[in-house]
Amino acid sequence: MDILTISLVISAIHLGVPIILPMLGGLVSERSGVMNIGLEGMMLGGALAAVAVTFITGNPWLGLLGAIVSGLLSGLILAILTVTLRGNQVVASTAINLIGAGITAALVPIIWGVDGTSPSVPKIPSMTIPGLSDLPVVGPLFSSLTAMDYGTFVLAIVVWWVLFRTDAGLRIRAVGESAESADAAGIAVVRTRFIAVMTSGAFAALGGAYLSIVTLDVFQASMTQGRGYLALAALVFGKWRVWPALAACIVFGLADAFALRSQIVGIGIPHELLLALPYVLALVALATFVGRTSAPAGVGKPFVRA
Amino acid sequence: MRSAAVRLVDISKSYGDVWANKDISLTVEEASIHGLLGENGAGKSTLMKILFGMVSPDSGLLEVNGQPAAFRSSADALEHGIGMVQQHFSLIGTFTVAENLILGRGSQSFGGRWVKRLDLKAAAQRTRELSDRFGFGIDPFALCHDLSVGARQKVEILKALWGGATTLVLDEPTAALSPPEAEELYEVLERLRREGTTVILISHKLPEVMRLCDRVTVLRDGAVVGDREIALAARRPGGQRAAMEADLVQLMIGRERPVVSQRAPRDLPPVLSIRELSDGKRIDGLDLTVNGGEILAIVGVEGNGQSELVELLIGQRKRISGAVELDGTDITALSTKQRFDKGLAHIAEDRHASAIADSMSLTDNASFGFIDGAPFAPTPFWLSRRLRSRFAALLVARQNVRASSPDALIESLSGGNQQKLVVARELARAPRLMIAAQPTRGLDIASTTAVHEALLALRDRGSAVLLLSLDLTEVFTVADRIAVIRGGRIVGESPIATADATQIGQWMSGAASKEPV
Repeated sequence: MDILTISLVISAIHLGVPIILPMLGGLVSERSGVMNIGLEGMMLGGALAAVAVTFITGNPWLGLLGAIVSGLLSGLILAILTVTLRGNQVVASTAINLIGAGITAALVPIIWGVDGTSPSVPKIPSMTIPGLSDLPVVGPLFSSLTAMDYGTFVLAIVVWWVLFRTDAGLRIRAVGESAESADAAGIAVVRTRFIAVMTSGAFAALGGAYLSIVTLDVFQASMTQGRGYLALAALVFGKWRVWPALAACIVFGLADAFALRSQIVGIGIPHELLLALPYVLALVALATFVGRTSAPAGVGKPFVRA
Repeated sequence: MRSAAVRLVDISKSYGDVWANKDISLTVEEASIHGLLGENGAGKSTLMKILFGMVSPDSGLLEVNGQPAAFRSSADALEHGIGMVQQHFSLIGTFTVAENLILGRGSQSFGGRWVKRLDLKAAAQRTRELSDRFGFGIDPFALCHDLSVGARQKVEILKALWGGATTLVLDEPTAALSPPEAEELYEVLERLRREGTTVILISHKLPEVMRLCDRVTVLRDGAVVGDREIALAARRPGGQRAAMEADLVQLMIGRERPVVSQRAPRDLPPVLSIRELSDGKRIDGLDLTVNGGEILAIVGVEGNGQSELVELLIGQRKRISGAVELDGTDITALSTKQRFDKGLAHIAEDRHASAIADSMSLTDNASFGFIDGAPFAPTPFWLSRRLRSRFAALLVARQNVRASSPDALIESLSGGNQQKLVVARELARAPRLMIAAQPTRGLDIASTTAVHEALLALRDRGSAVLLLSLDLTEVFTVADRIAVIRGGRIVGESPIATADATQIGQWMSGAASKEPV
């Protein structure tokens, strides 16, 4: 049974990265005290923006930039709704999801005149690392990953360093634990939350762009297929810490890769069931862990200065 | 005469048409402890928030060390050397002491904030130095939610001193402390004064003001009603002190100290008897009897099983072994509701967590516990609004709760008035046994007296009262008998008439032969 090969690892990474990116976004946002259920909608926005900009400019790197801008924008909207206007965070970010799904689906026929799927655009190319790609067994790994795959892991390190090793991270986490205490310590709560939520949007949008211009070369309506929610599940699973949550994302990616491979190889289990595997894992994770998690204490609580 | 560390001139602040502060002038001398005395709602906290830059005044002048100052935020105040220890702690529980102390003090540059490693080692080092200098004994790496209330308070003080504060404002610092912890705090404050720190102590507790302060300013209804120097002679118990205390009380509440009615000992059969009660965790073989017509006070250092005992009695905690009898019948198998029906009532320790719902009306809060049918409706399926309002109005009248209307949200009331409503509601159950856990914590003199009078009246009707208190003054004022809890057991009991404060202190601390604190 030729299922546990290096190509399984490669596809696990390919399927894990678009969960890791929104997970990092969610982590930053929730550590600052704003629950971001809107990752899914922000991903869709990023996926569409990436394809649209690439379609116009012909350059997928500019497409990536477009995704970041769209992510910052959706983050800004969420921040205004939840931080400035102090709306309910669950409702506001659910609205982002609904709007994200609706607008992106509606924009496809407006931009390209076709329903559902956009025309093909150039993809972000994979990099071949000289030397390493000639190695036996692991060689293919170093010829099939893109700069974005490497970048995602670098980003994870950066997020971990900033959140847990720097002054800025201490401030962000303080705001997420108790906005009142942070305010009393002279920290600009509103500004911190804006930065965190907008960063969160940018990361999620990059995750969406990964799906549309790395994995595929088109935008399809609802192409994120719940990965934004999987990212949230990974956060809970990893107790709002970078590495455990990242490991959870990889497990989800692996489950996904396994399901896809089983379709080709055929291992006697209906593949529809296997396709549901990451979601089933997420459900199990949430059901077993949600009762005794260590979410930042300030999540969901709007900040009002007394 | 020493120079003024802080001077406030004609400070006024109004919220709507209510004056929180009106033309307040105040001079605080350097290296002194200045008391700010007043009932709840007298405007003490608002004034200090103005001094700390959290609230901006409508008019008035602020001088620090002789220089005019205007604060737009607490950061401005900190820069001028004014530190504040809030009534509600501003520590983050999941952070270590050192992390809490350096929070918000890091570098201003982008690189220093976002890239450079935060030097927690140096912070811990400095925490230890500062803590040792004042004899606090705080572990820099302890998580704040693991610390006792007293230790957290010390961390708060360290936090203020860390930024180089030379003037320290403490808002009701002993409200949540047990007597030994409070005493420790007093020593810390005296030490700070010796080292040249100016302390402003906001309080409504007369004894602590008399013990510590060099000077005291009394506020009432947002205005200064008196300013007194406390001479050394007046700090010791005696004639001069009593006269001064009477004077201050009169200033504070605008009349003489209310007198709590006298006790008349009775000899009635026990209402509550607890035998060998254990929960397998915090309560460990506890025996206790409370007679009818008696107020039994349970005292002890916080966290020795007081809360757990209450939870066991009202059926919110699982019992492992032992018996609890109410008027001779075993109630251990009963649900909380059935226990209340049997004649239990409970004034909860944490009002907001378990006695009231902040965002509901006075009427709704008044009917909690009475809503399964009678007395408000013939069936469990509807409630009579009219009867409920009438009931609320009755409670309001009985305990003299000050509220704009029965439909007002309970969170719009002051803490004292909220508590009076809770007391009235629990009394309305006509209880055989009233469990009163910290019933006057954080209340001012007038509200405290009202609560005490209610408990005494209940006692005079032949019911039993189990009072859990951290305030020994309160215990000596109302209780008939005192029992000391430590490690989940009763370690000593004494009638109040023959109670010896030294002996009680030893029971509380567990030191049989140690010097009393």
